Amino acid sequence: MAIRVQASAFDPGAEVNALHAANVGVGAVVSFVGYVRDFNDGREVAGMFLEHYPGMTEKALAKIADEAHQRWPLLKLEVLHRVGALEPGEPIVFVGVASAHRQAAFEACDFVMDYLKTRAPFWKKETTSEGPRWVEGRDSDHAAAGRWRP
Amino acid sequence: MTLHVQYFARYRETLGLDSETVPDEFATVDALRQHLLQRGAQWRVLAEANIMCARNQELCSLHEPLQAGDEVAFFPTVTGG
Repeated sequence: MAIRVQASAFDPGAEVNALHAANVGVGAVVSFVGYVRDFNDGREVAGMFLEHYPGMTEKALAKIADEAHQRWPLLKLEVLHRVGALEPGEPIVFVGVASAHRQAAFEACDFVMDYLKTRAPFWKKETTSEGPRWVEGRDSDHAAAGRWRP
Repeated sequence: MTLHVQYFARYRETLGLDSETVPDEFATVDALRQHLLQRGAQWRVLAEANIMCARNQELCSLHEPLQAGDEVAFFPTVTGG
């Protein structure tokens, strides 16, 4: 399990390759990459700043990853989230899951993203055509996370 | 003993404050919040229905009991990913 919170850019392809490197027991890798869009909620977005809660962020992500490991037979799980200033087109989050079979990897990846969206202390502030604004949480994200209640 | 209180994102900006130390005289997170709400107009931001909070860097409910030395944080709905 690897948790990384970093200001620097990353290469999603390299992260995917690392998930099955040196482990021929891996039969499936599922990954999710989230990107900064140039348009959101009716406004053009020129960039954004990702604020977080240092210390809690890493703990919250580790807790989500632990729960995924308890619920599915996973061989590797990586969560990488950027903080600080980002531009449209840049990858902002990466979740990669390796398992023997695809079902566990698909489900665990979906689960980790749903929980990250609703439980990890990150906040987006967009620079838009009409000035800066904080992104507000979406009810649909909470509905998505609710699917995974035991 | 004291409590260490932190504010993030829109709350931090509205309050013009990222952290402070307050006396340890509140039984729960909500008791602390009720005290903070008395401070003035901008503090009403902590009355938002969808406020989130954490005790010692773990998400908690407003009913969470507090102990001396705790780190408490208030923040708007998270928007990562």
